[in-house]
Amino acid sequence: MRGVVLGLAAVVAVGAAAEPRRQKLDIGREATAHEIAGWDIAIRPGRGLPPGKGTVKEGEALYLERCAACHGEFGESAGRWPILSGGSGTLSSHDPVKSIGSYWPYASTVMDYIRRAMPYGNAQSLSNDELYAVTAYVLYLNDVIKDEEFELNRENFAELKLPNEPNFIQDNRESAEKEFWKDPCMANCMPGEARIAGRARTLDVTPEAGKGPKVE
Amino acid sequence: MASTERPSKLSRRAMLGGLAAAAPATGGSALARGPGNPANQPPNVPDWSKYLGEGVAVRAYGKPSQHEAHVVRRDVEWLTASKESSVSFTPLHELDGMITPNGLCFERHHAGIAEIDPADYRLILHGLVDKPLIFTLDDLKRFPRVNRAYFCECAANSGMEWRGAQLNGCQYTHGMVHCVMYTGVPLRLLLAEAGLKPNAKWLLLEGGDAAAMTRSLPLEKALDDTLVAYRMNGEMLRPENGYPARIVIPGWEANMWIKWLRRIEVGDEPWHHREETSKYTDLLENGKARRFTFVMDAKSVITNPSPQAPLNHRRGFTVLSGLAWSGRGKVARVDVSLDGGRNWQTAQLDGPVWDKALTRFYHEFDWDGRELLLQSRAMDATGYVQPTKAELRKHRGVNSIYHNNGIQTWHVKTSGEVENVEVG
Repeated sequence: MRGVVLGLAAVVAVGAAAEPRRQKLDIGREATAHEIAGWDIAIRPGRGLPPGKGTVKEGEALYLERCAACHGEFGESAGRWPILSGGSGTLSSHDPVKSIGSYWPYASTVMDYIRRAMPYGNAQSLSNDELYAVTAYVLYLNDVIKDEEFELNRENFAELKLPNEPNFIQDNRESAEKEFWKDPCMANCMPGEARIAGRARTLDVTPEAGKGPKVE
Repeated sequence: MASTERPSKLSRRAMLGGLAAAAPATGGSALARGPGNPANQPPNVPDWSKYLGEGVAVRAYGKPSQHEAHVVRRDVEWLTASKESSVSFTPLHELDGMITPNGLCFERHHAGIAEIDPADYRLILHGLVDKPLIFTLDDLKRFPRVNRAYFCECAANSGMEWRGAQLNGCQYTHGMVHCVMYTGVPLRLLLAEAGLKPNAKWLLLEGGDAAAMTRSLPLEKALDDTLVAYRMNGEMLRPENGYPARIVIPGWEANMWIKWLRRIEVGDEPWHHREETSKYTDLLENGKARRFTFVMDAKSVITNPSPQAPLNHRRGFTVLSGLAWSGRGKVARVDVSLDGGRNWQTAQLDGPVWDKALTRFYHEFDWDGRELLLQSRAMDATGYVQPTKAELRKHRGVNSIYHNNGIQTWHVKTSGEVENVEVG
């Protein structure tokens, strides 16, 4: 963390000179509980769930109407829109598929994201019951919920676990990649002449070159 | 592809079209200028030396010369499903110095540009605070403010190059970075105004766009150098860059720099939202993924020459130019290689060398007209040395998408054309 330490030292030095210490400046006003409630839509592991309930079956109808055009009937994705399901066991392969079931660590993230950003182009339009229902269906598509009669609600949400949660690690670049802190080589750093091993032109996907391939 | 066209062909096209600049309308390449119009050149006197031009305030908000119309942000259509959740790239090869003009700063939106009426702008600050607050834009402008230039780099910059050379142009390989002078309120002043509870450890930053973009920010960084900015290069933020207020988190990945900032919630743990779990986590070869990889590692790129900016003079005195930056502090040194990384010379840093800002470098040499394999290598104040792509892949594999800061190679051909390549 030496970079962070250096950065802090610099900021403290500059800050002390430029900004005299002040107590409260009395700018702004107190936010009301009502104002906060309208905008505080965040859900996180174990907290923030709104009241409500919805079944997988109810979610399926909503999903087919408002989600399937982009994400596919089974979450398989239409065109280049994000895939929601599948990809289990692919993360260490050459072609990893990062779906909710294969990659996402927390079910609360699914509900939070649908609540704040979906349906695309009509965000924050779902009622709380619709939100539970669609979330239940998307988790059903990922085999996290197995029973199509299942009703998801604030009380049983915490039971849902996504399989990839243990596979996230904290940023460890400064220890794992400590060899990048070094005295760089200046002369004869590699044997022989440099050989071109790959060219952008081989792929020919730069814009204006015509239509390129589909990527995710 | 414009960059594969021979300069001679473009010169001919420019002459036929009567254009002063040969840059094609859509190619984004600043290739050789045509011979122009001899009637405007010595010994003749051109029209602009005879007749009156437009008066003052005709151009009430000034724009670049009509001859620079090719200097624009560009996107890669096949990359995303829609323009509203997509990215456009800064034309780094057309710029110099270390400040990016406001209209050329790369864009990344998740639900299009939010057009916010400043009269309706509100920022709510709540959670683990003594007193939840709501600020108007005028409130934010009353706070003590600072001016700081910082680079802002998308964690996915160069993300398309993990598996090999793919895009021909530094605009596309490295153009998700910009650097402007922000004016804003240190976030710690807003937090002090609300009063932090003792268990406060993380912040949730939330945008007012139709994706309600969120990221979790450790309190330590919020109290350090994070800003709530409302100006860029002196003028109010552009709508595409978060008007009227955005978060600036120096040295950290741009995805966290929430635009159209509407809410800051103080909490004790991260929120694990979509942008910090399913996205912006770095998948390693063993299937594990790093999360909260906030800091942008030191990086550099040669902007001229590059595939969109070939060496048209064929031989002789040449100034090679590029940009370097580091999320850990100042750029300490940049080295340049003309032979694909076998031998290196230290480049000259020019202009301001500021903490977590883009830094301009130059290297002068006499080009003998032979093929070149150009590379640049940044070092920062902590002693970190920008790795080769091979070194980076050894640690990360090729599935990471994010945080690709490997050394870029440009192949300059005897014709002066430049291609994005990888060397073995």
